[in-house]
Parts: sequence; structure tokens; C-alpha cells
Amino acid sequence: MLPPLCFTADFRVYHMLSSKLKYDLSASTFSPDGRVFQVEYAMKAVENSSTAIGIRCKDGVVFGVEKLVLSKLYEQGSNKRIFNVDRHVGMAVAGLLADARSLSEVAREEASNFRSNYGHNIPLKHLSERVAMYVHAYTLYSAVRPFGCSFILGSYDQDDGPQLYMVDPSGISYGYWGCAIGKAKQAAKTEIEKLQMKDMTCRELVKEVAKIIYIVHDEVKDKAFELELSWVGEVTNGKHELVPKDVREEAEKYAKDSLEEEDDSDEENM
Amino acid sequence: MLEESTESEWQSEVKTGTTIIAVEFNGGVVLGSDSRVSAGETVVNRVMNKLSLLHDKIYCALSGSAADAQTIAEMVNYQLDVHSIEIGEDPQVRSAATLVKNISYKYKEELSAHLIVAGWDRRGGGQVFVTLNGLLSRQPFAVGGSGSSYVYGFVDAEYQKGMSKEDCQQFVVNTISLAMSRDGSSGGVAYLVTIDEKGAEEKCILGNELPTFYDQ
Repeated sequence: MLPPLCFTADFRVYHMLSSKLKYDLSASTFSPDGRVFQVEYAMKAVENSSTAIGIRCKDGVVFGVEKLVLSKLYEQGSNKRIFNVDRHVGMAVAGLLADARSLSEVAREEASNFRSNYGHNIPLKHLSERVAMYVHAYTLYSAVRPFGCSFILGSYDQDDGPQLYMVDPSGISYGYWGCAIGKAKQAAKTEIEKLQMKDMTCRELVKEVAKIIYIVHDEVKDKAFELELSWVGEVTNGKHELVPKDVREEAEKYAKDSLEEEDDSDEENM
Repeated sequence: MLEESTESEWQSEVKTGTTIIAVEFNGGVVLGSDSRVSAGETVVNRVMNKLSLLHDKIYCALSGSAADAQTIAEMVNYQLDVHSIEIGEDPQVRSAATLVKNISYKYKEELSAHLIVAGWDRRGGGQVFVTLNGLLSRQPFAVGGSGSSYVYGFVDAEYQKGMSKEDCQQFVVNTISLAMSRDGSSGGVAYLVTIDEKGAEEKCILGNELPTFYDQ
């Protein structure tokens, strides 16, 4: 009998050898092929969570999160997955929510201490590097486990413009024009790549973000969901906030209408 | 009347009884200071440069206790070096001023120094910050030190918004000169630093080259 098959984080397939079991018990151990399995398992935790996307445009950043509704008793607007880190910074998360909430506190403290020491808003690149360094520290020891969440940070500043950074459980941070995390991240990335975000304004982008979340949402596996939308940009004067009710309704309507159109055009082809 | 002083000069604290000034102009700042360091009635150093570098385009002017002021400036210079590498760009003038203010405020009972921080950064252009006693306030111009009392009227009357670089330099030199001629604790030569987008330019104006006024 062949040994069981295993998928790696980038969907390569290999046969599970019993030796893997020796190398995946703690984050302080490398495998013979140079991997830290605990970190990869942490990334798996992110892939099990519902999707979050962040896109940077000409004059701001928009976040969209697909919040799966697990109970009929769910109160609308609770269990937020988009946090305010500082007045000008927003953070959208995917993965283990408890880990994400604790990291949002870390990010808030970093931003607050920076302001206290240096008298101005923390630059987003610096904030994401600081939080990434913190996340990375938890991938070095056997006494703790890595954080099981990825998050996207976005901000808008008059002089530096809009910025978007993503941090993953391994503790690296990259800048992006658009990125997606969570279960449908591949599908979302495909949709994001179709956009010409550098030429769009926040108002146009909000509708596209809503549309992408609706597209990648799996009607069969996950039933109801709530769309959480937030933005920061010139339109909000540099303040990160949840998108106002009327803009959100307009965006959701656009998203639903676009999906219906696609359904109709599919039927015609048949 | 001419008996020798029994008090050794080392028993009095070394103060930079001083005149310092910083002024914003269109596109930068000019800082100016005198050069006298006194310990009681003795002039310990008559050519000290009280304009201290905090970063490439941020300087501070020292007044009060010489040791306290120099130490604060050195500490902030170090902190700004680290900070500028961490954020990957030149620091803001506001950051430098906040760092000075944080030290001045935390140790305000123990320190006796006032630093005026001025410089250029790409966001706000030329900026002058006052950090007296641990406050932080941005002003178009600021004067400090013992000699400043004699020239408040002059600077209030003569300052104009949007001066050119040369007018600003002349304004600073005139102010220092007037203060030095009235304040016993200020004197020597005048040091000038002009900071703009291109960098910082230091200049020293000798005593006999300073402008003269009414009674000179």
C-alpha cells in the first residue's frame, strides 16, 4: 500500500513519509528539506478561514471581508474582522480570530508608541515591519506556537498616498496593490488581477470589492454571509472607517446585479 | 575693589548664557547663535558653536546649562540615527522636536536647558519648534537664552512672513548682534546655519564683521 498523499502549502503533492512526523512537532525544528512545518500548518489555518481582500487604488485603500454567518441568532455587525489600528490604518484579518485580535492590539500599541515618541503617524511600512517582526518571533521557539492568522494593513497619507501591506504567519510582510487571504484567495486574486486599480477611485473600487467577494463566495458549502467593507483615502480625509450604509448598499446591489448578469449570460450560451 | 576673587570659577555651573534664534523662511530655516560660554563671571569658551547637528537637515540651538544641553542633543542625534534607518527615510523635524521634548519633559526637574529645534523635511518644508520646559510648539520664529529678553521687541517688529533666504539670514545676524551688545552673557562671534532642501550650510561671522547699531 502506498503511503498516504500530502498536499504542501503551494499544492504540490508528495508521499507522506513517516520521517515528517519527527520534524513537525515544534517550530524550533527544521525538516531535512529545509521547511518549518509548524509555520506551514499555521498558514493552513488561514486557508480554512473565509476570504478577506484589500485593494489599493489611486486615492485610497478598500477592504472587503466575507463574514460567514454560522447562526440564525447572529447579530448584524458583530464579530468584526476589520480593525482600526490607528486613525489612519485599517487591518483586515483571516485565520484564527483570537490570534488576530491579539495581534491587532500589538499593532495598536506599536502605532501608539510611535506617535508618543516621534510626534506623528506611523508610516505603514514601518508598522507592518514591526508587527511582522513580532509574528516572526513566535516561529522561533518550541514553547509557543505561531500565530494562525494573516492580515492586510492599509493606510492613506497626504504625502505618501495609499499603502497596502500583508503579513502572514511566517512573519514576512510585502507591499501590494491588491491581495487576498483565506479560503478563496486564488479565485479572488484572479479577479483582482483583472482590475485596473491604479486608475480607479475609492468609490469605484468599493463596488468592485463587493463584487469580488460575492463572486468568490461559495453558495454551496457556505450558506449565508455578511459583507464587511471599509475604506481609507482621500474620500475619508485619511481616516479609516467602515463604509457608510448608503455606499455599502449601492456596492452590494452592484455586486448582486453583476452576478445575475453573469448567470443570465451563462444560460444564453447553453 | 580689585582683590582676587576667592571663588574658583569651577564652583559655578557652566552655563551657555546665550542668545539663540531660529527663523522659518520660504523653503527652509536659518538658525543663529552667539558663542560665549560662561562659568559665573568667567568666559570659559568664547568661540563655542551652539548650533548642534541632530540630523542632516535638522539642527538644534542650545541654551541654559552647557552640559545638559549638549547631552540632550547627543542623545537625540543617536535616536534620530536609528530612527531614520528604521523608517528608511529622513526623519521629520517634528520627530526630532518630539524626541527633545520627551527628554526635556521627563527630566524637567533635573535639567536646565532649552533647545530650539529647526530643520527642513519634505512634508512640511522649513519648521521651527520650541521645547522650553518640555512643551512642544511650532512657531514661525523663536528666540531663546538670556540675551533673548533684549531683542523680543526687535524680532516682533521686524519679522515678516515669507522672507527670502538672504533676508532671513540678515534678520538673524542683526538680532544676534543686538543681543550680544546688550547681554553680558552673550558675545564672541555669531554662528549661522541655513538649512533647505539641498542641505545645511554652516557659517561663522567674526566679531568685527557683525553689523553695528546706534551706539557702536
